Amino acid sequence: MNLLHRTGWSGAAGELEGMRLIAENLAGERGGEPVFSDVSFAIGEGEGLVVTGPNGAGKSTLLRIVAGLLPASGGLIRLDGGGEQWPDIASACHYLGHANAMKTALSVDENLHFWQDFAGEPHLPIDEALDMVGLPQIGHLPYGYLSTGQKRRIAIARLLVSYRPVWLLDEPTAGLDKASEGQFAALMRAHLEDGGIILAATHLPLGLEGAKALKMGEHRE
Amino acid sequence: MLALFVRDLRLGIRAGGGALVGILFFLAVVAVVPFGVGPDLNLLARIGPAILWIGALLASLLGLDRLFQAEREDGALDVILLAEGRHMLALSVFVKCLAHWTAAVLPLVVASPLLGLFMNMDPLGIGATTLTLLVGTPAIAFIGAVGAAVAVALPRGGLLVSVLVLPLTIPVLIFGVSAAYGAVNDPDPFLPPFLILAALTLFFAVIGPFAAALALKGGSD
Repeated sequence: MNLLHRTGWSGAAGELEGMRLIAENLAGERGGEPVFSDVSFAIGEGEGLVVTGPNGAGKSTLLRIVAGLLPASGGLIRLDGGGEQWPDIASACHYLGHANAMKTALSVDENLHFWQDFAGEPHLPIDEALDMVGLPQIGHLPYGYLSTGQKRRIAIARLLVSYRPVWLLDEPTAGLDKASEGQFAALMRAHLEDGGIILAATHLPLGLEGAKALKMGEHRE
Repeated sequence: MLALFVRDLRLGIRAGGGALVGILFFLAVVAVVPFGVGPDLNLLARIGPAILWIGALLASLLGLDRLFQAEREDGALDVILLAEGRHMLALSVFVKCLAHWTAAVLPLVVASPLLGLFMNMDPLGIGATTLTLLVGTPAIAFIGAVGAAVAVALPRGGLLVSVLVLPLTIPVLIFGVSAAYGAVNDPDPFLPPFLILAALTLFFAVIGPFAAALALKGGSD
């Protein structure tokens, strides 16, 4: 049984200048089974798109396809107007998946320093990024000592220590408390105001006003 | 790239890294042999280089399966794959292999003169064996990276990696041991097998990371 559905995004087409993340009739599959098809959207600078839907609707698969970690089974996804600095989506995006991409044996500082060096384009200093996620003076602790929510916030701090215009967020607020959710919403708004692009998959409200919505998995057969 | 090397080195040395486990295993294997073959000093001296090589080969395979599996489990592999535009994936694999070798295999090489004494080897034989280990063991790490990349998604891939990798390391073992023998036994040459050993390391330093990078890209899900 296929979980096919159509999607449409609400809102007018954005301006043509600047960077745009465009998906045309994108289709994805997992283990040979089609998960979604005919997903089209276009996100311009300063715009966010929140992908919602029940478990198994293909939100994570969509994000992995957009990042280029999985091949699309149909349609295409591209980044327009990235110029020489951001030639493709992989180079222009921060991908925050279910896992936090941090090593438990290293301290928070060491983890963030590594990702800043590795990703290039340094943006905020480590201290400032930790301040932004509300965890100052925690840098010396081993990452493994932190609670689930704190770990997630450190993973969010990774988005801040080096700059990428496109944020691909997969359930970014999983494990966060109310206050941290609000803090993260503010961070996302700031990123959008800077001309960033956010594509987030979630089943929790993100507090991202003005973001377009994409509902997946509505028309089940 | 230096950041990746330093991070992996730290991870290897810290608790849970497994560098110490390799040395202990090496020590156990070599220390047990004299009990097995009996107190014939001449026989021990004759088989010494071979035992040291086999012990080092098995010990250096120990931590290899975690080379990419740990990265995949905590999500770091996704980020490293996405950084392809900035750091060629094969180069990242190469650096990870070097860090693995430095943290887990170099201590084996350093410990081998001491273990050579256990085997009643003469100083020249000990020196030659240590030198061949120093030159030959990087090849094992590079070959092992391919096996680790192929088995990255398998939950119990450890033994599979060893079985996949062992046949490919046979040439390294043959030329390593024959060079070590060549230095001690007069008619046998030292330089030709030693140079072939060096060539094997250089060859696998190029082929291994590229093959592992291909396997990692194909295996992402």
